[in-house]
Amino acid sequence: MGDILGLVAKRLGLGLVTLLVVSVLIFFAVELLPGDIAQAVLGQMATEETLAKLREEMGLERPAVVRYLDWLAGAVTGDFGTSLIDGEPVTAKIADRFVSTLFLAAYAAVIAVPFAIALGIVVALLRNSIFDRVANVVTLTSISSPEFFLGYILILYLAVKWSMFPAIASLSSGMTFLELLERTFLPALTLVLVVTAHMMRMTRAAIINLLASPYIEMARLKGAPPWKVIVRHALPNAWAPIINVVALNLAYLVTGVVLVEVVFVYPGIGQLLVDAVAKRDFPIVQACCLIFAATFILLNLAADVGAILTNPRLRHPK
Amino acid sequence: MTKRSQDLIDRLAREARKGRVSRREFMHHSIVAGVTATTAAGLWTSKVAAQTPSRGGTFRVAQHDGNTSDQHDPGLYQSNFEIAYTHTVRAYLTMINQDGTLGPDVASEWSATPDAMEWTFKINDRATFHSGKKVTTADVVASMNHHRGDASTSAAKALLASVEDLVDNGDGTVTFKLAAPNADLPWIMPDYHLAILPDNGDGTVDWQSGFGCGPYKMVELEFGVGGRFVRHDDWHGDGAYFDEVEFLVINDPNARQTALITGDVDATSLLENKTLGLLGRNPNVEIDNVSSAQCITMPMHVDVAPFDNLDVRMALKLAINREELIEKITFGAATIGNDFHHSPAMPYFPSEIPQREYDPDKAKWHLEQAGMDGLSVDFSTADSITTGAVDAAILYAEHAKAAGININVVREPNDSYWADVWLVKPWCMVTWGARPTPDVMYTLAYKDDAAWNESHWKNPRFNELLLQAKAELDDAKRAEMYHEMGMLARDDGGTVIPYFPNFVYGRRSNVNHIGQLSPAWQMDGYRHASRWWFA
Repeated sequence: MGDILGLVAKRLGLGLVTLLVVSVLIFFAVELLPGDIAQAVLGQMATEETLAKLREEMGLERPAVVRYLDWLAGAVTGDFGTSLIDGEPVTAKIADRFVSTLFLAAYAAVIAVPFAIALGIVVALLRNSIFDRVANVVTLTSISSPEFFLGYILILYLAVKWSMFPAIASLSSGMTFLELLERTFLPALTLVLVVTAHMMRMTRAAIINLLASPYIEMARLKGAPPWKVIVRHALPNAWAPIINVVALNLAYLVTGVVLVEVVFVYPGIGQLLVDAVAKRDFPIVQACCLIFAATFILLNLAADVGAILTNPRLRHPK
Repeated sequence: MTKRSQDLIDRLAREARKGRVSRREFMHHSIVAGVTATTAAGLWTSKVAAQTPSRGGTFRVAQHDGNTSDQHDPGLYQSNFEIAYTHTVRAYLTMINQDGTLGPDVASEWSATPDAMEWTFKINDRATFHSGKKVTTADVVASMNHHRGDASTSAAKALLASVEDLVDNGDGTVTFKLAAPNADLPWIMPDYHLAILPDNGDGTVDWQSGFGCGPYKMVELEFGVGGRFVRHDDWHGDGAYFDEVEFLVINDPNARQTALITGDVDATSLLENKTLGLLGRNPNVEIDNVSSAQCITMPMHVDVAPFDNLDVRMALKLAINREELIEKITFGAATIGNDFHHSPAMPYFPSEIPQREYDPDKAKWHLEQAGMDGLSVDFSTADSITTGAVDAAILYAEHAKAAGININVVREPNDSYWADVWLVKPWCMVTWGARPTPDVMYTLAYKDDAAWNESHWKNPRFNELLLQAKAELDDAKRAEMYHEMGMLARDDGGTVIPYFPNFVYGRRSNVNHIGQLSPAWQMDGYRHASRWWFA
């Protein structure tokens, strides 16, 4: 166990370094965009005079490095600064949106992960049957289609033609949890369709891979039924690659929802990020990207820890 | 009146009450049915306009162009959501009426000195802020000063640049003293930046709270997501029939359309032209297609060869088939242009100026006069200018081939278009937002010394008339001047104007309006919340 804690500590340290590098990259990427925030705010009607005035108000006349270090000094103490546009604290602007995004991701994950793994086990069991082929074709088709296209198809049938679910997932205060689940069902379903194939196929491949092993043959010879061979004997050894893929897809659920948010008018963090980039509102871009980066780092760490915990050989090294 | 024509008129009136027939169409069909124009106008007033709007309900609107970076400072307003918000929550000195005329808002009346150097506005004593405080002259002065002076960052600074002094007369009136005559000052007041806000007592205004003296009070608001508003009971104007109004930001055109079809919203701004035909077949949806003062221009630098030759300019103006562009590029949702930048949706529109037609033979003749048979010119455009901009240029090039002109369409990158192509390349495609008056538009882009004189056109007579018209308070005389200026721009100017894109938006069929819609902005000049009602 001590080894795992050591590993976690080491990885978290490296994660912080990664975040620092990411923040530098993002700052200078935003700097490289043509035009600046004053121009983006004033638009076509900008004059040199009003531009200069606004730049001064926003503190843009200071050199880029100074502005970055200023921001970094704040960030280290947990102060991510204020929006350049309206001066509101970044944390206040992001908090609600991030909770919404996490909710949608969790909703999709709760459906997608068990569904994909169960489906993977079933198709491994019935490999090369018609069911296996159909499941593969359907899931591969849905992962190959862009999210917005899947979203439109679902809207067309489930919302417009059959009126089963609302077409837009706008949230309002005073909604019950069940209403919330109904409102956000279509975006969640879209995300489920997008991430299922990857997890399902990894489960299938990892299990089928093991089926050639001598110990599986042994299980078969002793007369265990096929489902038991797979669930009791093959699956425990297949967890490591599956967990890896699940973690990757969970990260995708948090970071890859921008298009789904736009199509379903869901007030999440993706829309906030797009707006902030368009307006060059650097503190918000920075905070959103760091959240995304941190999501990836933490979920990858979780995947590695999970892989170790499910593998006795890694848990008890010689 | 025969029974048959009576039936027809009743049916027309019924359709018109639902907003499916405009006043112009009503008049036209009524006259065809056999009544005189005067009777038809009377019928419109008694049968259609007189219908009493019913009060109540929650009006849910899908709004495009809403961003998380939207904000409350009227000087920095830019997005359509901000403009829709401000016309719902805030008020202006004057407003553009549904028939395109100028009407009172916070100012109940206004007058000018004969030289148009001083304008005095009387404040409506019923105008009240949402806090319950009456709107005073001090509020008006502070609201205007928000856009003036060195410290101001307002985008409307240029609009008020000629205002030298603002005087609070102490009798409920405010006088604007100008550095140069401007007969159009009241027309500038509905500009969406110039909202009337409460004075903080020190000459600054409170814009931060997001409140105002408009028809609805903000209850909840999250920029980039939407807002909820309730009726302001002390609203000084007409309308505000809905008890509650909800704006929902939907930036995706498909999602807006779907929300309208499924009834998740009652109305939506900006529909896509290409799906109008299909959407129009839905019995639960009504589409409003309204002439606007937005404009697509194609300015040639008249001081650069070959555009310095009037015959070449004429040939290019004759070599474009405007009708086909409107039909194929905008799907019919545009108003034809006539090579002068004055839309029928603006005041003083000179409707007698003959429409320029597509005439390749005449174009050829002009080229022969110029000695430039087989002329070949570059024409710059980019996708971001307007929907189908590149296609429009290619279609134009096809039209011009019939006149023996080779237009070489150059597709420029979207990002740097306004910096590297507009005002730089000798012939390019440009889009202009709506401006309230011909004076504002001409002064901005056609005056000889204007920074944005995109065609470098310097016609002495045009500029003389432009200055004269600014000081002319007699409407008939001004209209004459704008007629002559229109003719000059059309026949001598360097700008080809194919069309003015329309505002296109939709509503559920249970949402009514009087059948006339303000040309100032989308959604009835963005006063849909206070002007429309549920049947």
